Amino acid sequence: MAEPFKHISAGKKDGIIRIDFVERNILDELNIHQIGVELAKAIESQTNPKVVVVFGNVEHMSSAAYGTLMKFQERIKVCTGQLRLCEMKPRLYEGFVITKLNRLFTIVEDYQAAVDSFK
Amino acid sequence: MTTPAPAFRCDLTLRELRAGIERVQADVEAALGAHGYDEGAKFAMRLALEEAVVNGFRHGNRSDPNKVVFFRADIDGVRAWFEIEDQGPGFDPRTIPDPTEDENLEIPSGRGVMLIKAYMTEVEYVKPGNKLRMTYRKPAA
Repeated sequence: MAEPFKHISAGKKDGIIRIDFVERNILDELNIHQIGVELAKAIESQTNPKVVVVFGNVEHMSSAAYGTLMKFQERIKVCTGQLRLCEMKPRLYEGFVITKLNRLFTIVEDYQAAVDSFK
Repeated sequence: MTTPAPAFRCDLTLRELRAGIERVQADVEAALGAHGYDEGAKFAMRLALEEAVVNGFRHGNRSDPNKVVFFRADIDGVRAWFEIEDQGPGFDPRTIPDPTEDENLEIPSGRGVMLIKAYMTEVEYVKPGNKLRMTYRKPAA
């Protein structure tokens, strides 16, 4: 998984794939498409992947990015894996609550809470 | 006693999506700063403008490079008013499925309009639906 990604950084430790976003703003559709490609690559050929996406760097995210995250979660489910989202700033989290996507994703406080939440 | 900043008004023709949004965001952010809007308000309007302009280019103009989006703003110390008009045929916003309903929760689209309505104080689609007017009113101190 030593892929040279542009929009994310990804690494695997103790069986858990951690993905961080590089950019503060996830807005541009072209970038969002590319992020989707990179996310898919990050879990390529993994079975039952346990994935944590860390939003600590992210300030703004448009609704176009929700679709990419939803597709990513579907892809993980197909591999019978699990996805956690964490370290969202309150305003970013508010967007997930407004759109009720907090019901679709498992969103936890921080990386350790995400790790602890895996069955 | 300080003199209030003059109202900011603009009327722009946006010809390209990303460059257009960046221009709009830069001008609006400066005006909001001059009129004392806090970070929460700036965040709300940044997100709403992003969604509105993207919708104008993508859904309204169907990404037709020969079409433009008109952007108008009027910002003072009380409220920030925006109008985004595309050159598409318009639409009836009531036809957008509610993405928060259980049966629609996994549909990836339709959340941009929902965010606009959540973050702005007033939102109105002018018939035939290719013109969006939205206002953010500063909460009373």
